[in-house]
Amino acid sequence: MTITARPPAAPRQITAQLQPSDRLFHGAARVIGMLVLCVTGAIGLFLGYQSIPTLRHYGLSFFTTATWQPELDKIGIAAVLVGTVEVALVALVVSFPLALMFALFISDYAPRRLKSWLVTMVDLMAAVPSIIYGLWGFFLLQPQAINLARWMSQYLGFIPIFHVDTDPGAAVWQQSRYTSSAFVAGLTVAMMTIPLACAVMRAVFDQAPVAEREAATALGATRFGVARTVVLPFAKGGIIGGTMLALGRALGETAAVLIIVSPDFIIKPRILEAGTQTTSALIASNFGNATKSQLSALLTAGFVLFLITIVVNMVAATVIRRSRSGATSDI
Amino acid sequence: MTTIEAPPPVKERTEPAPTPRRPRRVRALTGEEWLSLVGSALASVALVTIGYEHILDFSGTLGFLLCLYLTFMVMYAVVLSVSTPRPIVVERLVTITLWLAAAVVLFALGTTLVYTFIKGWGALVHTNFFTHDMSGVAPTAPLTQGGIFHAIVGTVIEVGIAVVISVPLGIATAVYMMEVGGKGSRLVRTVVESMTALPEILAGLFVYVVLIVEFGMAKSGLAASIAMAVTMVPIIARAGEVALRVVPGGLREASQALGATHWKTVWRIVLPSARAGLGTAVILAIARGIGETAVVLITSGASSFLTFNPTGVPMNSLPLYIYTAYTTHESNAITRAFGAASVLLIMVLALFVVMRVLLRERKSR
Repeated sequence: MTITARPPAAPRQITAQLQPSDRLFHGAARVIGMLVLCVTGAIGLFLGYQSIPTLRHYGLSFFTTATWQPELDKIGIAAVLVGTVEVALVALVVSFPLALMFALFISDYAPRRLKSWLVTMVDLMAAVPSIIYGLWGFFLLQPQAINLARWMSQYLGFIPIFHVDTDPGAAVWQQSRYTSSAFVAGLTVAMMTIPLACAVMRAVFDQAPVAEREAATALGATRFGVARTVVLPFAKGGIIGGTMLALGRALGETAAVLIIVSPDFIIKPRILEAGTQTTSALIASNFGNATKSQLSALLTAGFVLFLITIVVNMVAATVIRRSRSGATSDI
Repeated sequence: MTTIEAPPPVKERTEPAPTPRRPRRVRALTGEEWLSLVGSALASVALVTIGYEHILDFSGTLGFLLCLYLTFMVMYAVVLSVSTPRPIVVERLVTITLWLAAAVVLFALGTTLVYTFIKGWGALVHTNFFTHDMSGVAPTAPLTQGGIFHAIVGTVIEVGIAVVISVPLGIATAVYMMEVGGKGSRLVRTVVESMTALPEILAGLFVYVVLIVEFGMAKSGLAASIAMAVTMVPIIARAGEVALRVVPGGLREASQALGATHWKTVWRIVLPSARAGLGTAVILAIARGIGETAVVLITSGASSFLTFNPTGVPMNSLPLYIYTAYTTHESNAITRAFGAASVLLIMVLALFVVMRVLLRERKSR
């Protein structure tokens, strides 16, 4: 009796044959996904395409001209870009420490009973429409903030960004020189960026490994010691990412800025002084009576804003994803 | 013979005090700590009150509080460092700073809510504010005339249409990214993720130029709804994907093992399991859409009359009404603006309560 060696069995070919209904389902989902991709992606392409004539007409001077005088054919976004960055930076400088401290407070310091209530408050703060913050900033915050602004210009006025072109020490000081400034607008925008940054940071703080927290406590660390040695290093990515998300939001904010600032088209590196303009407020206040070529110029300004916010947001998303926590935000 | 000395009898250990044992409260302040806290608080209040306006010639409440905080920090640090080691001093100062930061943020939020209602109260007490529109009513007219019914109707219709457009698209995109996958899904995810940060004004501008300038569509509620949907779809898709991700994989596998097709699995198992999360995603997007001012400013046109027709005619909405009333700078118009802001706030709060209930349901299951 001979045993003939069988040829080694090749693995059976499995062909995954989808049901017709599933093929339909997959196809439909793919089509809708692509549709959403096309529509949202089209915004960027469209803005880019529409800005070609403007860039061809004005060339690089579009980025270096400060004035916006279509009737004289002098159009540029130098001033509005500076204004956009100023408002966003003021918002960031105010909101970063507050968001960080509030997030740390919720995760580590607040009494446990308060914790879920505080998280709800942060979400609520994020849900309040920006125009309501705009009214709040104009009617309630501004009369208070101009005192602070005067104070800063009086004692820190030797630093150029805090300088205001008026006599801060005058007995009857000119309040109108301090209103409608990038500073007040930035403080208001901070109200919208605090909850955004805080939500991301808190989520990451909560994920800091319990064992490491306990180890630090067991070694005699105070609560702040735990925060400094365990929580904050762990959450570095989340802190940076959340801050950048907030920055992206601050750069594009429209309604509140529109209410507060008075338009002024000069490059003004003085944040406390009345009058500035941001890109989004420029678009919102000029689209209505724009001719075809002016509309193209506005679209170019929009395209620049688009590129800035998308880059900021993509970096933020990458930083959050790469951070050790792997936390995602759900906003 | 050795004598073994008997060990001395063990003394009965007596409790020093017969009080019932209670665990010491670890984080409670001792009497001395209370004294140093209150003492430095009082001292800094006194010092700043004298120094702020009279000696240093500062003014304004914000500056006062800022000075008070800094003085208190220094004073408390000095007082504490007399008796406590440095890490404890730092811990105390940080604790106080964090409580204050939380109080500042909550105070700002609280004043926003309360101030809106207080300023709008003058308009809210008149029933005509909710039942009339503003046609033929001047901004200076007394509050007993005119109202925001047209803006409420406009907001509801515009957001309604935006929801009808964006919810199916958003959830289908989430399903595509999470359940179907494939080569394109990563690209879709990247684009959708970055589009959640799209400034609303750009969505409005896009729709304005394409639909209104190029295709000659009238400024109308529909145009605003489309622009709103453009900003809402990425939000729903992204939050929806997170909701689908937390559905346990075992449910999917069980369903497929029982022979269900992929479509059946998604439709009967995955989506129902994630419905609380998906509902939250939708409400998040509605809350965002309902307050969008820049979009409606550009695309819908502010009308003063009531219309139920979303196409062809301008349609007002609450954010737009608030903005246009504000730009008149008339005191009655501004009271109306705050009244409309209160209504908008109530709508957002209501959505918010629904969301919390949905989330609680998800947590309890």
